[in-house]
Amino acid sequence: MSPQFSATHQELARQLAWSRREFLRTGAAMALGSTLLRNPVALAGIPAKKRKVVVITFGGGARDQETFAPEGQENIPHLMRELIPQSTFFTQVVNRGILGHYVATASLATGVYETINNFASLPPEHPTVFEYFRKDLKRPSTDAWVVAPSNGFNRIGESNNRAYGPGFGASVILPKHLLTAAMSGRATDYEHLLRDNYETPLYAPSLGGNEFQLQQLQMMLKLSVDDFKAHALTLSSPDELSVYIARRLMRQLAPSLLWITMHDIDIAHAGAYSLYIEGIRRTDRLCAEMWKAIQSEPEYAGNTTLFILPDFGRDSDDDSGGNGFQHHRTGDALSRTTWMMALGPGIREGVVYDRPMQSTDLVPTLGSVLGFSPSFAQGKPIAELL
Amino acid sequence: MLPHDLKPEQFSGYPPEARRLVTNYIAVLQRLPLSFLPSLLRESIEYDYKFPAERGALERELANLSSLSAEQLQEWLQGFAQIHLSSALEKFDWINAPAQFVEQLSSYLWTTHQLDAFRAAALAYAGRLHAAVPPETPSAPRLGITVVGQGVASYQEPLFRKLRAHGAYYSQVNPVNGLHMLLDAVAARAKAHPAPYAHWYIDGGKQTECDTALTTVSYAALEPARAALLGKMRAEINRPGMGPEALRTRLAQLRPADLAFSTGDEVLDRFRVKMLTEGSGTQIFSTTFAQWTAREALRRAQPLTLLVRFAPRQRQKPMNELLAATLEPAELDPIGSLVDADMGAYYNWLNQQRLPGANQSSFLVWFEGHTRALVIGPATPRGTASTSPTTLPDLLTSVV
Repeated sequence: MSPQFSATHQELARQLAWSRREFLRTGAAMALGSTLLRNPVALAGIPAKKRKVVVITFGGGARDQETFAPEGQENIPHLMRELIPQSTFFTQVVNRGILGHYVATASLATGVYETINNFASLPPEHPTVFEYFRKDLKRPSTDAWVVAPSNGFNRIGESNNRAYGPGFGASVILPKHLLTAAMSGRATDYEHLLRDNYETPLYAPSLGGNEFQLQQLQMMLKLSVDDFKAHALTLSSPDELSVYIARRLMRQLAPSLLWITMHDIDIAHAGAYSLYIEGIRRTDRLCAEMWKAIQSEPEYAGNTTLFILPDFGRDSDDDSGGNGFQHHRTGDALSRTTWMMALGPGIREGVVYDRPMQSTDLVPTLGSVLGFSPSFAQGKPIAELL
Repeated sequence: MLPHDLKPEQFSGYPPEARRLVTNYIAVLQRLPLSFLPSLLRESIEYDYKFPAERGALERELANLSSLSAEQLQEWLQGFAQIHLSSALEKFDWINAPAQFVEQLSSYLWTTHQLDAFRAAALAYAGRLHAAVPPETPSAPRLGITVVGQGVASYQEPLFRKLRAHGAYYSQVNPVNGLHMLLDAVAARAKAHPAPYAHWYIDGGKQTECDTALTTVSYAALEPARAALLGKMRAEINRPGMGPEALRTRLAQLRPADLAFSTGDEVLDRFRVKMLTEGSGTQIFSTTFAQWTAREALRRAQPLTLLVRFAPRQRQKPMNELLAATLEPAELDPIGSLVDADMGAYYNWLNQQRLPGANQSSFLVWFEGHTRALVIGPATPRGTASTSPTTLPDLLTSVV
């Protein structure tokens, strides 16, 4: 039963710390944020009502060595060359919670380390960022949306907290679920697309909660079912479908708070390294597409802050308790530590901050950007972005 | 039920040798914390079906625990004793279902934010155990061989990048009859150092004919069991109330007979079936199967020789092809499989280096049918590259 380790915790942490300090400076000619003053511009020039935020999370973390470390940078050309030079980058975003994708995304959305069952269709226990946003700022339901990868995320939009909860959450679109409904009756081989988690092949739990329905495509997104199906047939992955839907939302409803969770990278659980790398490269491209969309949509250009972060990392090759990139089960430093980038007006460009922060700091930061008070959130606003 | 209430008759459901083992040590088992004991029982209950190396390690661990004074035991396990458990876990039948208990404990530790404390306790215990009972050194230096790239006609991208810093890269290796030469070398080692389950050949596709002294596992030979397993998985998924965790538990309980699989070697049959029932992705991708099987063979059997040959896996269809619903059989993806196998070779070497005698171990990886190979050995210059013509037997001779 004894786990074996070729490197001590401290050694691993030291290696990680070194690489996190150095990798971006060598790869993207970034400046260290600790040498700079805080940003004096911020969002002061943009009226609060005009401010928008887009959050992209990856359900299925990517490790440094396949992304920002020197040997991984070939997998993320768009992030390296296009996005990072325009961003403030945080190298040590630590997730102290449960490393399961649904519960971790719920924790990101509430600012509290949630403890709900990762595999059940349950709402978060604490108010979500969407509820704070809509209730505090009296925003309509069309102003906060979630585009999520799979059926298990259908409850992510609102908590069961009595002070918030039903009526104050975000609308949730599950593009894969829409696709199922759209393709119903056809003999297809897309069963695996419905998998919620790649850890358990073939498994897709039943739905609960109120998610966006197929018939709303036409009404809200001005998209016929036939056009939706035809477009899906041109795409290679569920995340491409999510980005397509997100762009449609931006064009038709222009929500002020849009949250997109991607999932393609999590194919890593199937153990095929080449497919994991393909997932990273696709996600890299889709993140750049989203940033271009933000800059090209009149409702978003010049007044939108984009946050991109994985929900957590994946296991280290050095931890014999895991199997390297395949899973995130050990709770080691690499699986708990990831990164975040922020882009947009008032965000200092080309700066790296190397201090540790927690993934629960995201919601309080969004509160400061958009002007609401996340009273239950446990994290702290990120001073470097305010 | 807590450990101090343990009685010998409570192990009546254990297989005979496992029952004998735990009842011999019941005095010390009664003194172990509940956050620790079921992990030990999870190993013990499988004792009858374990490889010799595993049996020896478990026996030494129990003997060591038994030799500790009360104060020493408290000191060794204080991290575990500080873990708070729920009453539901205390009431769980952890004697007869220790694996399920450990699964629930893991979930509980994550939920109650005690995982880091448990991890620290496990590391501290492992460190003490390693110092007090050093693992047995192998009877001969280990040799690992990994063969990648079956079916790839041409590949110009760099290979073995993660391994190059640790060994010598060769770009002019004569590939003729290479696989047979490697299998002959493995067979010769099996004859020179005979021991049960000490010399393995794992194939991600169809097994090539080899010496009967080798312990073999192949994806092709398990195809009927794999098909039966996928059928059971689909049936289980459709049952009311079934979820991923329950499904995983059900799969872990499957035995070779449940999948109509039997070769007469119960230890090896159980191992083979576990690769499918406990692995993630092994049911779908042959490259994952080969890597995971190698990992588990190294961890559990600690072989002196391990040859792993990766084969092309099925291609992962993109979404638009799945939606188009073509009925064509899944084609193969040789290039993607080569990338998988290249990483798999690195993991094979890492896992070999975790075993006792690592400083004397050797490793060879070869791009099948081609001229590229890399060797790592105690005397191999690190980070070097050679364009001199050579052969696979010569490379093996240089490192073993």
